[in-house]
Amino acid sequence: MAVVEVRGIRKMFGDVPAVDGVDLRTEEGEFLVLLGPSGCGKTTLLRMIAGLETPSDGEVFIGGESVNGLPPRIRKIAMVFQSYALYPHMTVFRNIAFPLKAEGLDRDEQREKVEWAAGLLDITRLLERRPRQLSGGERQRVALARALVREPDVFLLDEPLSNLDAKLRAAARDDLLEFQRRVATTTIYVTHDQVEAMGMGDRIAVMNHGKVHQFGTPEHVYNDPADTFVATFLGSPPMNLLHKGKYVVGFRPEQFLPESVANDGGATTGFTYHVNRVEYLGAERYLYGHVRGFDEETKVIAMLPVTVQVPITTDQDHRFAVASDKVRYFLTETGERVDPEMLQAPLRP
Amino acid sequence: MTTATTPRQPRYLLDNERVLAPLFMTPAVLYIIALVGFPFVLSIVLSLTDATVGNPTYDFVGLETFRRILFDDPVFRTALWNTFVFAVIANVLVVVLAKALAMVLVSDFRGKWFVRFLVLLPWTAPVSLATITWLWTLDSIFSPIDWVLRSVGLLDGNIIWLGKQNLAMSSVIAVHTWRIVPLAAVIMMAGLTSIPQEIRDASEVDGAGFWRKLFQITIPLMAPIIAVAALFGLILTITDMSVVFVLTRGGPTHGTQVLSTWAFFKGIEGGSLGQGAAIALFLFPVLVAVAALILRMARRREVL
Repeated sequence: MAVVEVRGIRKMFGDVPAVDGVDLRTEEGEFLVLLGPSGCGKTTLLRMIAGLETPSDGEVFIGGESVNGLPPRIRKIAMVFQSYALYPHMTVFRNIAFPLKAEGLDRDEQREKVEWAAGLLDITRLLERRPRQLSGGERQRVALARALVREPDVFLLDEPLSNLDAKLRAAARDDLLEFQRRVATTTIYVTHDQVEAMGMGDRIAVMNHGKVHQFGTPEHVYNDPADTFVATFLGSPPMNLLHKGKYVVGFRPEQFLPESVANDGGATTGFTYHVNRVEYLGAERYLYGHVRGFDEETKVIAMLPVTVQVPITTDQDHRFAVASDKVRYFLTETGERVDPEMLQAPLRP
Repeated sequence: MTTATTPRQPRYLLDNERVLAPLFMTPAVLYIIALVGFPFVLSIVLSLTDATVGNPTYDFVGLETFRRILFDDPVFRTALWNTFVFAVIANVLVVVLAKALAMVLVSDFRGKWFVRFLVLLPWTAPVSLATITWLWTLDSIFSPIDWVLRSVGLLDGNIIWLGKQNLAMSSVIAVHTWRIVPLAAVIMMAGLTSIPQEIRDASEVDGAGFWRKLFQITIPLMAPIIAVAALFGLILTITDMSVVFVLTRGGPTHGTQVLSTWAFFKGIEGGSLGQGAAIALFLFPVLVAVAALILRMARRREVL
């Protein structure tokens, strides 16, 4: 177990910064998620922590010691790759034993440890098979067993679930999380899937264009996004953003409710909502339309849970409202969030 | 309302695939029949007769010619042994050097394209021309190798590169290796780059050093491609006669004689068409068997 820390880390590919000055520090045994769209530098960051990529600038610490310049094999890390990267010419047993053999353990110790790891992941019956003969979920378990068997200080996981089909993915997510809690090893997990990030991460670092936009707990990044990028990247459908002069007003689709429902005692902010289209999705209704009184006609989505039965007619204005403490404000220029008290002019539409 | 009838495009004979396909294939088939098939059949026929240039009557003698070259011709046995030694040593060298070279060529460094260009050069030169430059390089009096060795004081006099049995054999093997390594290296480069990056990364994270990675990951994963490269090398060395012909003409006293040169000397220069054909065909079944074996191995490893 160890704390991983990166300081001012940067990676240039030619003139393009893939990772552009990132500072992060995990807690002991934490499950940290690097979340961002493809090309945001999250995998490059992970590979620099692993030692597979040399940083152009900055430092990596594992367990308090600088590991700059050290090759992957002496960093006491284990990595699970997107494709699992099992060795196709070896049996499952030999795959899992490979890191042990490289460490120079004798045969009996190897066998003992492989059996322990295989037992933990429930793949003992697969030991004599080859990767080709395994299903996606089984391959993932073998990859995890291979990572686990050396008892590393840190797990690095690079989108390990993205090759599984949707149904299997939910189950695998559950298994992975339970497994991580059991071994309590510091884990850094890269994904572009916000549902995975929200569901698994103790903390999430949201990245874009090589920079960390926000680093915090899932609740924190979801409720108080640091800027408009985080606000729109997290949440499905994303946060509604309305422009007005120097500021951007934001609120989540599920907070945007008919005035009669929204008013539960606290202060509310009201809007005139013109609904164009209603989508019935069983558990909820999605409303598509726009709000009057802002710089341009921005599309606004409202998500009404099935418990809100108010009839909504299309092509008509409705009075909608958001609880005032759920409204977020951002600067138009930089996209950064600002405190409501700092606002220069009231933004009531 | 009038329905606009588009005028029907005329149908050409070439629109018909049953005409077009044979038409496209004909040149290749004709070429193979005329330049490979016919000579091959002719050599089989010749090997079963006692035809000579002076007496080109095709008198059928069965396997008598084969019996004679095998038991009554000591040079044939030397040539057979030489062919074997020569093919095996040259190809072991080719596989090892080409693998090393391929690893250098796939890595990233400054001036990579220039090195690749230089490495491929031997392959682009015609065999006989390239061999003639080697003939000069290995000349018994004017060899630049000797000259360099003399000027640094390692040598007194001359090395008779092509005039002594072992040296001549080594020279022939070296020239052949030099010629085939580029091809094998290019084939192996393809094999190397087909190994997924993540597998290499995984082995590195798993703690494998250079040699472990080489012998337990890259070589096993490349085995089918290495087998194909070795097969090409084997066939190219066994069937080639120009290197030996230009460098030593089989000498000294048949010391570097191989089957292809001996077939030429016997059949064309000596005029014994039947015997020449029999010598040339002698290794055909062996080559077919080796090729089939290697290709099967390569396929099995792919399926795994």
